[in-house]
Amino acid sequence: MAKNRASWSKRDVISILDFSREELELLFEETDKFVTQEKAPNTLSEKIVATAFFEPSTRTRLSFSVAALRLGAKVIDLSPDVSSLLKGESFADTISMLEGYADLIVLRHPSEGAALFAAELCEKPVINGGDGSQHHPTQAMLDIYTVSRTLGQIDGLVYAVVGDLKYSRTASSLLYALTKFKPKMVHLVSPEALALRKEVYQRLKEVSLPMEVHSSIEEVISQVDVIYLTRIQKERFADPDEYKRLKGSYVITKSLLEKSHAIVLHPLPRLEELPYEVDRTPNAAYIKQAHWGVPLRMALLNLILGDSQ
Amino acid sequence: MNEDTMLVQRIANGTVVDHIPAGRALSVLRLLGEPQKRGVRVAIVMNVKSSKMGVKDLVKVEGLEIEEQTAQRLALIAPQATINIIREYEVVQKTKAVPPEVVYALLKCVSSSCITNKEREPLVTTFYRRSHKPLVYSCRYCGRDIDENEISEQLIGVSL
Repeated sequence: MAKNRASWSKRDVISILDFSREELELLFEETDKFVTQEKAPNTLSEKIVATAFFEPSTRTRLSFSVAALRLGAKVIDLSPDVSSLLKGESFADTISMLEGYADLIVLRHPSEGAALFAAELCEKPVINGGDGSQHHPTQAMLDIYTVSRTLGQIDGLVYAVVGDLKYSRTASSLLYALTKFKPKMVHLVSPEALALRKEVYQRLKEVSLPMEVHSSIEEVISQVDVIYLTRIQKERFADPDEYKRLKGSYVITKSLLEKSHAIVLHPLPRLEELPYEVDRTPNAAYIKQAHWGVPLRMALLNLILGDSQ
Repeated sequence: MNEDTMLVQRIANGTVVDHIPAGRALSVLRLLGEPQKRGVRVAIVMNVKSSKMGVKDLVKVEGLEIEEQTAQRLALIAPQATINIIREYEVVQKTKAVPPEVVYALLKCVSSSCITNKEREPLVTTFYRRSHKPLVYSCRYCGRDIDENEISEQLIGVSL
């Protein structure tokens, strides 16, 4: 166990693919402690965490800030709209500056690869809070943790990942996360225009993730244990009529869930795909999921910045 | 004497690029900077029988020895080609153009939203080989694949 802890120390978190099943299980054990613990330890009181979000965020930025504060760390926030970025400062210079100010950087950026580039520039640990449509590793950790804590298992379950599989970094990160476990089946449910990108599908196939492609959730709802819903954004469609025609196929309604025992996860924010009526069903797990974002990120920060003994 | 040398004269000094995938001889010439346009004597043989490849192309360029850097680029256009350096009618060096596992600072990512395409960032593009046949590389930063045609467009301005 001590060895596992050491592997987390001062580590960058760029892609969920960089972590082993054992490392993720250790993270989940540590998260469990923070979920049940009333008083958080002051383990990071000497540390400063920087959040640098070059794209909007509610949950990821705030849950990282709260997690750091609960562990006694101080938080500084770079706001791109009021910083020297407006004067044309490069991303590389911004990261080099933050490296001198903080002990860890949590980063979100619209360009794929930004977090990896930052990690190459910077000696301090970098956590990817989302890079373009590529990775969102801490969301995937939270998603898998929510499944594990709610259903008591990750292996052997049937998953349906629904909505925008092409551009949603949370969907592809969850799929990458599932390659570390043994799901019974993963149903990929999306309109053809938003199907999983060829190279992502190929990589998942190479590691033998059991997958089936569907165009409607109704085709599989009775079989699934976990529904992972993502929002379908209107601007992804060249033809607005196509959006209107298709969006209904990816809405999870209360009546649809009457036929299902599945838990419903959503990285949020939601649009029409997840009506409020679902909040009061036993299937809804997304509010808990968002709340557990804090203890999970506490565990993560503690493993990376805390004492590794 | 084999079929190739029967078709065209032997060269005294220069390079023979053999085992070029059929149809790519002109692409290889383009990659070499079209030496024929500078008056260099060039021979092209296309669609000749090959025991290894079925059919292949072959290019002979007199008076030009392909350097290591060019050989690496050539491997991306004509994987598995053989580069023979000729001096006084003798093959003095024979190398296989193996597509490298990693390509640094040569290719450009095809995704406009990749960090490598942001201006003014001190970044060197890096691509990893994901497949030999067909040749596919993927961007270290965004994971996007780049195929043979896209590589060719970048290196010589046209698809294969």
